[in-house]
Amino acid sequence: MKTLFKRPESLTDTPTHYCPGCTHGVVHRLVAEVIDELGLRERTVGIAPVGCSVLAFNYFNLDFQQAAHGRAPALATGIKRARPDLIVFTYQGDGDLASIGMAEIIHAANRGEKFTVVFINNAIYGMTGGQMAPTTMPGQVTTTSPRGRDVSDVGYPMRMCELLASLRTPGFIERVAAHTPQQVVKARRALKTAFELQRDNKCFTFVECLSTCPTNWGVTPFEATRWLEEHLAPYYPVQNFKKYEDEKDPKPQTPDPKAGDGNAG
Amino acid sequence: MSKVLMKGNEAIAESAIRAGGLCYFCYPLTPQSEVAEYLSRRMVEVGGAYLQAESEVAVINMVYGAAGAGARAWSTSSSPGFSLMMEGLSYIAAAELPCVVVNIVRAGPGLGGILPSQGDYRQATKGGGHGDYRCLVLAPSSVQEAVDMMPLAFDRADRYRNPVIVIGDGMIGQMMEPVEFKEWTFPPLPPKDWATTGARGRKPNLINSLHLAPSVEEQLNITLAEKYEQMKREEVRFEEYNTDQPYRVLLVAYGTTARIGKTAIAQLREKGISAALLRPITLFPFPEARVLELGRKAEFLLSVEMSMGQLVEDVRCAMGRERPVHFFGRSGGIVPSPEEVVGAVESRLGGGRS
Repeated sequence: MKTLFKRPESLTDTPTHYCPGCTHGVVHRLVAEVIDELGLRERTVGIAPVGCSVLAFNYFNLDFQQAAHGRAPALATGIKRARPDLIVFTYQGDGDLASIGMAEIIHAANRGEKFTVVFINNAIYGMTGGQMAPTTMPGQVTTTSPRGRDVSDVGYPMRMCELLASLRTPGFIERVAAHTPQQVVKARRALKTAFELQRDNKCFTFVECLSTCPTNWGVTPFEATRWLEEHLAPYYPVQNFKKYEDEKDPKPQTPDPKAGDGNAG
Repeated sequence: MSKVLMKGNEAIAESAIRAGGLCYFCYPLTPQSEVAEYLSRRMVEVGGAYLQAESEVAVINMVYGAAGAGARAWSTSSSPGFSLMMEGLSYIAAAELPCVVVNIVRAGPGLGGILPSQGDYRQATKGGGHGDYRCLVLAPSSVQEAVDMMPLAFDRADRYRNPVIVIGDGMIGQMMEPVEFKEWTFPPLPPKDWATTGARGRKPNLINSLHLAPSVEEQLNITLAEKYEQMKREEVRFEEYNTDQPYRVLLVAYGTTARIGKTAIAQLREKGISAALLRPITLFPFPEARVLELGRKAEFLLSVEMSMGQLVEDVRCAMGRERPVHFFGRSGGIVPSPEEVVGAVESRLGGGRS
């Protein structure tokens, strides 16, 4: 009999603690499928963040390290620098990555660390109970923005793909979503590209996935999907921001200030 | 091997490389930046990993990642940067990862000054970060001793799977002394079969410090406490000076101030006052039993520090009420002179001579 559907080897047989309608489970599966497909499972190390996916190590059948709030890219850097032969990915939420871990993600991206970041953006702090995130939408009500996010007080939500794409070094940056079958297929494609580029030791790879949080948004899973489409997707366009191209030009070199320009008297 | 003249920071860097510390992450901060400068060229020669990170917060988490992948990972910093590492150090201790961190202490609190200090004693010896953990703390008093300590630090970090702090005041990092790099051998270490190196032919490994079940977290606390008790039994190191003859005063001092204490003892002798010195080499575990034994032979003890009375707390804890324990210290980056130490002893002797 032909097997049409089975659990990827890179996932454990453990029920997740994720709420109904949350896209973490879908993205976990996509990451696991890609790792399986590329045959990377036995040399992959995942980094779990702090947040809803803090227990990701229970669900992936992979070596894992658990990081402090926002520090996952620093751990990944340490692992990659010590063992460049390993495949490393961080799995981070928007509070973890875009707030407390902003320095770590920007500098890892700018150094071109050759690991993969899976960034789950659901515009809210999930694990701590629905507080405002750097990605929370203008006017969005959360437990710490009870009158809605006031952009005159705390600014506009941060767009991480756009921010990182302004850097020259990072090689692959794409925003995807996982709330419809078509988007899931595209998300899988982006994740596969990211892990392939890492496998080939090419560049820093970043995949952001727009996600739903029915529990903390206070809506049904179906309404959450619609809210994502109507409010998140227009502000956070689902698209590729950077495709990897082998750099053909020689690396720029600035002369040593002490060397002079040859015209000095 | 013949001796070479080296600055403390560079000698520490070279010794770490020879001890297999081939994964180094750093952030520039006076007075320890020479370690990074030295390793930025030297690490390339030996095929190790060197990276200047965006902050000490990132540094210590890079150390976590690399140590978790089985490398001998380490870093250096100075007081304000060392404070930034406390979060990561707590995680490293909790996840039972080995690492070595060198703190070349400068004056504080706050941004403080860049001159030598011993003001980070409490931070280093009592944990420093959050939660119930401790680090093995080694305190060299010369460049040679700092060089000798690096292989020991890496070995003990691996053996205990615990952070080891090498704490030197700014003098140790900045001064030049002749050093010799000796060959050190240690008993074989257990394999790092816990490291995250890819789950090939085995179950996945997990480096983690999250334990939501209280009973599991408490068991970790008990395991860690047992480790620290083992350190207290097996790792206490100290040096004695002049303790083989009768003395009225016992000085207790570590690092640079211990050297000043020895000079002060010679000056006291000329004045007819006998004194001895106990120099803790491990600040944790603290040589409390030996402090008590030697302290009982003195009329009183004097803790000499480049801080405002931190070491003295451990000395008093060791002595109980058996003998008076006094304190003399300078701070702010000021190094006490032997004459000042002599004066502090004389004022407490109340004019009596032996």
